[in-house]
Amino acid sequence: MSFDRRKFVKAASIAALGGVVSPPLKLFGGVVVDGQSAEAVPEAVSGCIGCECSPVAPPTNATRWAMVIDLKTCREHEDCTICMDACHKTHNVPDVDNPKEQMKWIWKEHFGHAFHEADHPYLEEHVKHSNALLMCNHCNNPPCVSVCPTNATFKREKDGLVMMDWHRCIGCRYCIAACPYGSRSFNYTEPKKYFAEKGIQIEPDFPTRTRGVVEKCTFCEERLARGLWPACVDACPHNALVFGDLDNPDDPVRCLLAKHFTIRRKPALGTEPEIYYIV
Amino acid sequence: MNDKGKIVLGLIVFLVIMTFPMWYNFINGVVPFEDAVVQTANTPGKDKCVRAADYMRTQHMDLLNEWRQEVVRNGDRYTEDAYGNKIEKSLSNTCMDCHSNKEEFCDRCHNYMAVAPYCWDCHVLPAEVQQADMALKVDATEGNE
Repeated sequence: MSFDRRKFVKAASIAALGGVVSPPLKLFGGVVVDGQSAEAVPEAVSGCIGCECSPVAPPTNATRWAMVIDLKTCREHEDCTICMDACHKTHNVPDVDNPKEQMKWIWKEHFGHAFHEADHPYLEEHVKHSNALLMCNHCNNPPCVSVCPTNATFKREKDGLVMMDWHRCIGCRYCIAACPYGSRSFNYTEPKKYFAEKGIQIEPDFPTRTRGVVEKCTFCEERLARGLWPACVDACPHNALVFGDLDNPDDPVRCLLAKHFTIRRKPALGTEPEIYYIV
Repeated sequence: MNDKGKIVLGLIVFLVIMTFPMWYNFINGVVPFEDAVVQTANTPGKDKCVRAADYMRTQHMDLLNEWRQEVVRNGDRYTEDAYGNKIEKSLSNTCMDCHSNKEEFCDRCHNYMAVAPYCWDCHVLPAEVQQADMALKVDATEGNE
């Protein structure tokens, strides 16, 4: 045998030594990089003071849209529904009385229901009894897209939005079953009927949907294309909603995430939701 | 060959039913084709369509399908018309801006050709048409129930 025990022990010792020495080397390199990025954060929000301020218009070259929702601010205005009203008005989401056929793109839910993993009997009182603002999480790994048999729901390559092609939806509702966040609503009845019944004017700039089609929040893709913030972000008078490009380290969204402790809904499922909550 | 009479009678009945549309039209006279009414009064300055009229008359559905695909799936919302002007690829906002007379512009030919595109199930019409349509829809749903 050419590779005897003596040679093996020698080789193994050298390999082990290499393994022990290299991690600290990497770590040493890492410290320098971290130092640079830590300095870069305050400079990031050029023209803005602090994370709370947003640029006038959304960036045009975003590659991963995300939202940070400040539930602390939201809690101060318990009965506020301004963002929800703005969204549902902009997108012709009908107001349905029957709770089983309710349509919702953005809604409030009891904190314990929304974040059941973070809930426990001795939770801080004002958090325990508060509501969380919920909408489609535009997951990076969206289960609704995997199950859609017609590709009516798809993840847009350029900016990560989980979109719907309502022309293609056949109403099978697999996506409703797959979404762990309850973000999707089904049109059990002709939605235009509700507008006529309640005498509400249909917003002419946006289509309604039709019976047998699933719908959900689109992160206001049509407004972003026109250089406008999403309707909810635009409407919030308390700046509790901040929207931006997660891939851009200089974005206010990244600044907020770096400065605050944030949680996401049901992270253990691996869907990689892109709405971050400051609690 | 005892059933000769029955077979011939059956064939005659079959032929009469098969050719019903032909002689029905022959008796009633063929419904004349009415061309779409192009309305330009409420759109000063816009006297040309995004493509040539001949192309639009036969291929508008292809153009709309193409636009739909590009807007919905790629988020590519703007294009140029045949004269180099920047336009939005939108049925409700671009097409219906000029052709707001849906009944005379869209419905007339669609009815003649017996096609029923479902554009208006979702897309919103210019205000006055929209009101009338809604009233009709509610009547129809109430009638069905």
